[in-house]
Amino acid sequence: MSRTHRSRTALAAAALGPLLLVSACGGSGGTDDTDGAVTELHVVDYYNNDPNKSVWQEVLEGCADEVGVALRRETVPGGDLIAKVLQMSSSRTLPDVLMLDNPDVQQIAASGALTPLDELGLDPGGISEGVLAASMYEGQLYALQPVTNTLALFYNTEILAEAGVEPPTTWEELKQAAADLTEGDRYGLALSAINTYEGTWQFLPFMWSNGGDEVDIATPEVAEALQLWKDLLDAGSMSQSVVTWSQGDVADQFAAGNAAMMVNGPWNLGTLEAVDGLEYDIVPIPAPTSGADVVSPFGGEGWVIPRTGDDARTALAAEFVQCLTGEAAVTAAAVGTHTVPTDPALAPAVVEQVPQLASFAEQVPNLRARTGQLGPDWPGQATAIYEAVQNALVGGMAPQDALAQAQDG
Amino acid sequence: MVDGATALPGRSVLGGRVPSRAGRPPGRHALRRRAVHLAFLVPALLYLLLFFGYPVVKNVVMAFQEYTTATFYTGEAPWVGWANYAAVIDDPVFSRALMNTGLFTVGSIAGQFTLGLAIALFFHKRFPLSGVLRSLLLLPWLIPMIAASAVWRWILDTDNGVLNRALGLLPFVDGRPAWLTSTSLALLAVVIVNIWLGIPFNATILYGGLQEIPDELYEAGALDGATGARAFWSITMPMLRGVVTVVLVLGVVYTLKVLDVILGLTNGGPANATQTVATLSYHLSFREFDFGMGAALGNILILISLVFAVAYLRLNRRAVDE
Repeated sequence: MSRTHRSRTALAAAALGPLLLVSACGGSGGTDDTDGAVTELHVVDYYNNDPNKSVWQEVLEGCADEVGVALRRETVPGGDLIAKVLQMSSSRTLPDVLMLDNPDVQQIAASGALTPLDELGLDPGGISEGVLAASMYEGQLYALQPVTNTLALFYNTEILAEAGVEPPTTWEELKQAAADLTEGDRYGLALSAINTYEGTWQFLPFMWSNGGDEVDIATPEVAEALQLWKDLLDAGSMSQSVVTWSQGDVADQFAAGNAAMMVNGPWNLGTLEAVDGLEYDIVPIPAPTSGADVVSPFGGEGWVIPRTGDDARTALAAEFVQCLTGEAAVTAAAVGTHTVPTDPALAPAVVEQVPQLASFAEQVPNLRARTGQLGPDWPGQATAIYEAVQNALVGGMAPQDALAQAQDG
Repeated sequence: MVDGATALPGRSVLGGRVPSRAGRPPGRHALRRRAVHLAFLVPALLYLLLFFGYPVVKNVVMAFQEYTTATFYTGEAPWVGWANYAAVIDDPVFSRALMNTGLFTVGSIAGQFTLGLAIALFFHKRFPLSGVLRSLLLLPWLIPMIAASAVWRWILDTDNGVLNRALGLLPFVDGRPAWLTSTSLALLAVVIVNIWLGIPFNATILYGGLQEIPDELYEAGALDGATGARAFWSITMPMLRGVVTVVLVLGVVYTLKVLDVILGLTNGGPANATQTVATLSYHLSFREFDFGMGAALGNILILISLVFAVAYLRLNRRAVDE
């Protein structure tokens, strides 16, 4: 009788057991060892694929050595980083040093989770003004970005030579060249007009170079840029699939010979080198008219220092981040990951080692930040831009109508 | 529910030695037994509160707040009342998304159910290898959606996709349909893929329902001259009614919230042609970081699902009563 009860009680306890365990696990962890000297720095980034992963591992280890701490590095997939950062900021487990994609810096800075770097005495050195615009929030510096990338026009030298076409330098030439190069299953041009921020990023060099501005996109300048894309599509010079292609897909199409030219960035150099029999070269994005300036957005990531409330660690983190923008770190990162230094003075040494980076490096002083004017409001407007692009390309709307609707929405 | 104690899951473990309680005065024993009962209830209750109650309440509250990236660090989310709801409903994309959700759900369910039923009927007639074929049918269920959608994107690609290449071989087909890149076809393409994905669920459950129908009914029907189509409409369908209701209602609830299929194939595009309430909510929360507005849309979706869930519960109860 009482045995029955005991075993029942035991069963109930057993049923409760896992719950207690779960809650016990929830309670532990979190607090770091704060006894005296700092022995390691916790670094989080999204360079989770080679070659970027291993190149940055060396760069980060080099700076950890210089600062005199061990490196505890955590890499997460690119798409998960912001979710991870938000989770870490609500549980107060932010790392000592964090990498952020440059258009996200202001958004996270606005949340209050980051330490202003000027307070820590960090020096941006020769980093170009345009790049710094994305690292600043309300007049204070929050990130240091050692290397950057941007867009350019890749062209298949064999196909162009065969067709007797010169690489285009203006919009008119681009349209003509793309039409001349389209033949059979091959399109003249490939680009990404996808309905993500990638599509917006690819449209910006055309929109900005024509005098358009992200604050108000319902302008004739932006409409002309969009008309150019629409003309290219309507003429059959590029596939309608551009509205679903990511930049990775665009590179695949180019590598497979399905497109004679593409708009893309230097991060593809590694994969393109590996393609047998592919001969290509890179020129700047064509300008609206001959001799006009091309204004492109810049990509790449900045390094920030979250507020961890631990002064000793923050001081070391500051030294560490300063080291990441030093000449040795920048050169190693730029050469290894096919990016260009944000400090134009460091560019020649890099271009000497990777000549294909030349057309990207020369754009650095003119690069423009996506978040320079809108700051944390950029994601909303970036969505409006790619929606307008899609509405005009395949949604049957006239460019100016699509842009007006996106601006009002 | 005190008598329910005899039905405790522990009973069989105890070898059925649960003693009779007749004539025993309530005392320490009864209290203790009640405590034990409660201890068995607590885990389930805690589980429900923690993993169902909390998220729902949190989502409802979040929709009334300006919940942004800053909230995660500061913990502050200013109360904005119905502003989030007003903003999402006012968004021109919302009506589009609502219509797409309706078309997507109706199209998917109609296709899944019809094909699922046809396949279930087909396999109900046993034939060599029918067991093997029936298990192959479950394949769409076993493939991770992210992989399946990548493969479907290749198949449906306008220029180099298998489907268009195959269509190109046909003499009477002109041009290449832009399955995923034209605003008129994208929703259809997404529905087709979702039908493919939903067939196993429908076929399996309906097949189970068919097994339950006694053969005698068909034999008796056959004697009265009811065979073929007549047997289907007069015996199979009425007997299957309960299962059909379950399949349809669950199907609707699952389809309303489909996210991965659409994100993987078109990400809601082109030009919002496949944007549904679910994908729009995802975009607002995890791409624009406006969690308040995302939650508001999510709640609207929950409300729509709730209508069907309540309908399901009512129909289910009636079926049990019958």
